[in-house]
Amino acid sequence: MSSEYMPYTVETRPDTGLYNARLGIWLFLASEVMLFGALFSTYILLRVGAEPGHWPQGASILNVPIGTFNTAILIASSMTMVMSWASLKLKNFGKYKLYMGLTILFALVFLGMKYIEYSQKFEHHLFPSHSTYLAIYFTLTGLHALHIIGGVIVNGYFWGPGSRMWQTDPGRFTNRIEVAGLYWHFVDLVWIFLFPVLYLL
Amino acid sequence: MTHPEHKVTFWKKYLFSTDHKQIGYLYGFTGLIFLFFGFCLVMLMRWQLAYPEQPLPLIGKWFGETRMPGGVMLPEFYNQLGAMHGTIMVFLGVVPIAVGAFGNWLIPLQIGARDMAFPKLNLASYWAFFVGGVIMLVSFFVPGGAASSGWTSYPPLANIATIGQTLWLFGMVALITSSLLGAVNMIVTIIQLRAPGMTFGRLPFFVWAQLVTSFLLLLAFPPLEAAGVLQLMDRLAGTSFFMPSGLMISGQQLPISGGGNVLLWQHLFWFLAHPEVYVLILPAMGIVGEVIANNCRKPLYGYRMLVGSAIFIGFMSFIVWAHHMYLTNMGTAISSFFQATTMIISIPSVIILACLFLTLWGGSIRFNIPMLFALAFLPMFGIGGLTGLPLGLAASDIPLHDTYYVIGHFHYVVAPGTIFALFAGIYYWFPKATGRKMSNWLGHLHFWPSLICMNLIFMPMMIQGLAGVSRRLYDGGASYEYLQGVLHWNVFISHGAWMLAFSQIPFIINFFGSMIKGKKVESDNVWDSTTLEWATPTPPPHGNFVQDIEVYRGPYEYSVPGSKRDFSPQNEKEI
Repeated sequence: MSSEYMPYTVETRPDTGLYNARLGIWLFLASEVMLFGALFSTYILLRVGAEPGHWPQGASILNVPIGTFNTAILIASSMTMVMSWASLKLKNFGKYKLYMGLTILFALVFLGMKYIEYSQKFEHHLFPSHSTYLAIYFTLTGLHALHIIGGVIVNGYFWGPGSRMWQTDPGRFTNRIEVAGLYWHFVDLVWIFLFPVLYLL
Repeated sequence: MTHPEHKVTFWKKYLFSTDHKQIGYLYGFTGLIFLFFGFCLVMLMRWQLAYPEQPLPLIGKWFGETRMPGGVMLPEFYNQLGAMHGTIMVFLGVVPIAVGAFGNWLIPLQIGARDMAFPKLNLASYWAFFVGGVIMLVSFFVPGGAASSGWTSYPPLANIATIGQTLWLFGMVALITSSLLGAVNMIVTIIQLRAPGMTFGRLPFFVWAQLVTSFLLLLAFPPLEAAGVLQLMDRLAGTSFFMPSGLMISGQQLPISGGGNVLLWQHLFWFLAHPEVYVLILPAMGIVGEVIANNCRKPLYGYRMLVGSAIFIGFMSFIVWAHHMYLTNMGTAISSFFQATTMIISIPSVIILACLFLTLWGGSIRFNIPMLFALAFLPMFGIGGLTGLPLGLAASDIPLHDTYYVIGHFHYVVAPGTIFALFAGIYYWFPKATGRKMSNWLGHLHFWPSLICMNLIFMPMMIQGLAGVSRRLYDGGASYEYLQGVLHWNVFISHGAWMLAFSQIPFIINFFGSMIKGKKVESDNVWDSTTLEWATPTPPPHGNFVQDIEVYRGPYEYSVPGSKRDFSPQNEKEI
């Protein structure tokens, strides 16, 4: 009902050059930067404050090949996400379905690998309570995984029932995919910081 | 633009409406109830402080054996009351009213928009707030009671506290989610939905204040969310983020890995909580600005300076947080930095206060109820601000830290400061929201005793604090030899607090009574105001404006020379 008179859901406002949701998602991502920024600061503080020799080398505990594979698959999902949006811009709904499906599939593969990694740690009795290193590892990657799950739910909706909007309001639907894509790239970017910090340094 | 009249249910109309005004009312009612509840908590505490170890008459036995056996308050229960009073007043009372209610209700009206940019998100943020509030209330009834480690929840104390602390953390996560969604919505609304002609230079000061506030909420709250997640991990997964190595409790070493840092929490907490101070005060300044300009019948003095100061406060508030931590041995260099930034941030606050005072100069002032509250705000906030300066300097902060001086200082800012501004706003916009006026003499009966009682309560706290009474003593200092000379103030303050409660009765009667029986307003613009919210029908319908709005001038064009009337509304082309 309210969308009847809500301006700038599809077209951009001339003086700001933005439509509402695009500004909204950038603001939301700014707050996400502060959230992960606080956690990265925590990592730095804990590591600097650790007694000499107590902070482990990430590679000695974590599985670097799995981490590398997951980095690659998340970058791939970011690319298919862009292509799904570009397909909508080219008015090719079939391609959109394909690329969006691939994005979701890659995300699920990422989560599956993460599950394997976690259960390997738990088998060796490496729990968050083991050390501050593992504590921040599980907190950061766990929170990141929650963001991935959120993204899968949103993208899944736009791939399935939400895609009906393409018939009624294609401009708005394309914008929705752009906004979901901005979020997805951010989640990808967080991982690109997480991987070297936790696995390699 | 017309809307077909739907037959809507009560639920749809009042509780699940996406209309920004309805959501504003929900925030307002919930916030007022929490404000009253938080006040009740502190009135219980004041009994214990005035008459330690004495049973509370009449209602004391209702609280049960785990809280007040025989009507005598247990220290554990006192600590719960203290922690929850702070949490409820700040996060569930003042901010929801100042930002949730006034911001939601007023921003679209003042910028000439038909609703907030994301109406469904707006409703979601109210219900997230509601869930957070319910979790906080429920925490009183779990084993061990509510959170009891102060509203600041410092570890390691908070890490080893009872389950109430876990609920506090979950409640905070819900509240943070709510204000995040709300802040995104407000900023997008202000930037995107301004009516034609409503340039940034023509925004009312209230809208500017809310814009800066929203940025503070957006960027300062996530670090507390991170801190909350870390504390939850500490409590539920046994991690040691805030637990140093070798921590002993009652002679036993805790079975934890250690290696954590207790100061980490303080940094993350105050990184939120200092901007939060400005979240509490900026909307109040915005409301006072609107009321004063209208009732002086002249433009706000120094509009650009006011806006610039508000923005500058917003930036600076992110780099002053460690002035809450001078006692933590940060080192001279870091202390000096935070002392300097703290002194700098006081300058824009003084500019805002000075501009509001200078607006009074030469005005033909109408002393109505909103104006009385707005005028009282100025010296009360002034006292609160000036008493803060000694706390911003390490040398004078060290003896005053965690004493009643601090309590007196920030209550002057928030209670006769922000809450008076909220009252001013309620009296001022009530006729627009309901179509009826609030009673004048009940307003006087509310204002004068409230003003007196506020000072009876908070001024003696400064005296006690200077004498060294610590803020978290559950007997009010009775067990300390050197405090005997200032103990009589405890009784005095407590009686002031209970009288303050009685002074709110006229307000409650006035608020509900005037909704039903108040005098009907004769025009849509009862105060002869210039801003856009008065260009709507009374009360504003769904969609707000019946005509297309275009803005031709600044927000405070009162008494323009050569004009027929002493006010020139923003949306009227001819003056």
